[in-house]
Amino acid sequence: MQTLLILGGGTAGTMAANKLRRELDPDAWSVTVIDKSETHLYQPGLLFVPFGVYEPERLTRPGRDVLDGGIELIVAEVAEVEPNKDRVLLADGRPVAYDVLIVATGTAPRPAETPGLDGPLWYRDAFDFYTLEGATALRDRLATWDGGRLVVFLAESVFKCPVAPLEFAFLADSFFEARGIRDRVEITYVTPLSGAFTKPKAGAFLGGLMDEKGIAVVPDFYAERVDAERKTLVAYDEREVPFDLLVAVPVNMGADLVGASGMGDADDLNYVPTDRHTLRSRDHDNVFVIGDATNLPTSKAGSVAHFEAEILTENVLHWIAGEPLAAEFDGHANCFIETGHGKAALIDFNYDTEPLPGDFPLPVLGPMRLLKETRTNHLGKLAFEWIYWHRLLSGKPLPVSTEMSMLGKRLDAAPA
Amino acid sequence: MQIQSAIDLTTLDVDSEGYLTDATQWTPEIAREIARDAGIELTDKHVEVLQFLRERHFEGTPLTIRRVGKSGVVTIKEFYGLFPGGPLKVSSRIAGIPKPASCV
Repeated sequence: MQTLLILGGGTAGTMAANKLRRELDPDAWSVTVIDKSETHLYQPGLLFVPFGVYEPERLTRPGRDVLDGGIELIVAEVAEVEPNKDRVLLADGRPVAYDVLIVATGTAPRPAETPGLDGPLWYRDAFDFYTLEGATALRDRLATWDGGRLVVFLAESVFKCPVAPLEFAFLADSFFEARGIRDRVEITYVTPLSGAFTKPKAGAFLGGLMDEKGIAVVPDFYAERVDAERKTLVAYDEREVPFDLLVAVPVNMGADLVGASGMGDADDLNYVPTDRHTLRSRDHDNVFVIGDATNLPTSKAGSVAHFEAEILTENVLHWIAGEPLAAEFDGHANCFIETGHGKAALIDFNYDTEPLPGDFPLPVLGPMRLLKETRTNHLGKLAFEWIYWHRLLSGKPLPVSTEMSMLGKRLDAAPA
Repeated sequence: MQIQSAIDLTTLDVDSEGYLTDATQWTPEIAREIARDAGIELTDKHVEVLQFLRERHFEGTPLTIRRVGKSGVVTIKEFYGLFPGGPLKVSSRIAGIPKPASCV
């Protein structure tokens, strides 16, 4: 009996496990998932928790329930991988051997990486919304907050779900308007990049939204620290942004076990060097990497993991059969952007093609519209919750091709 | 869009913001020229940073200010001193690699 071992039971790990369990001979291969939590979290729903749209309980299910029956789930902390011995050591010292390893350990916010952020202000006047705990604490704070300076702050430029902080700012605008206190709230969006939007076509379509909604953008701001006493962000170039309420996207890092195993890239972010087309680890032939754990130059997002799962499944099967890896990942990502007031935009892009306007997935018929605010797009985002639990995690086909398609996209569209 | 190098009259492909669209057209002389336009005289330290950025770019690793700060080449404070006014943006342009961007 040979062992396929998957580290991480999040979106990426669950999809990979379910797909490969179906493809592999049950008499020859066991499939095991190790995750530190027994709960699976629907991360796209986190955005809706602070505004009271989704209850926190709605976002979680037992991890066991989203894995096929033929998959073993071990709930345990992993201390490290020993890739040269083809085994993993659990925190309690138990070894787990593998023939093929899939690293799907994701990325997580690390507020402690920004001095002053993870101090007395944390979960009092400074929050993240990328954890159930943070999103719920922020909901309670927002419910009674009667206005002031709300600052949405990006600590770094590479983080999970890159459109989420934009969506947060847009939804906050709607939220305060609905509460009748929009005129008492200043919303400021602070980013280390040159603007809230940096891609030409997406920027042209969405850029006006910030002005329209009265959200100020502070670009090129790289925070050195948070001055907790003065409730002020301080940048390396001495600029300051004061706040009453801080919604932070902290520095994101991959799992500690990646660093502890010496499998991270040359710097300290714990992302695994991965072949951008085959999704195999660059250092170990029987190790594959999927989702936010990779160091690939594409977005860290569930849609990316979904498209990667197809490619990874094919290549793991090639490797097991002793064939050359054939499948090629193109960096495809596809994301809804909630823009507030019951509307959303949609973007579809890959390594080489920026988000373009058009219709999705079919020309003219759509029903989704790319880079355009529509109610249908918003309904699509809400419908996605059911699709996630019932179709996506089980690895069943969706009406979206793995490779990005130019079908329905308009290259020559003049900015609206 | 194309511009002509004042030094050796080679033609360079650049985007509307002056970033090279083909990183392989880059030479240290071109870097000097782009830097001078930005009011920066390149020192050995600048060049070391540019080389680090180019290496990372060709490896396909997304660059962040934090990564430069952990590179062992410069601290973040020094990085700001070398390339004032948005160090990653300015240094990427001089290194002939794309502007740091978000997905939208």
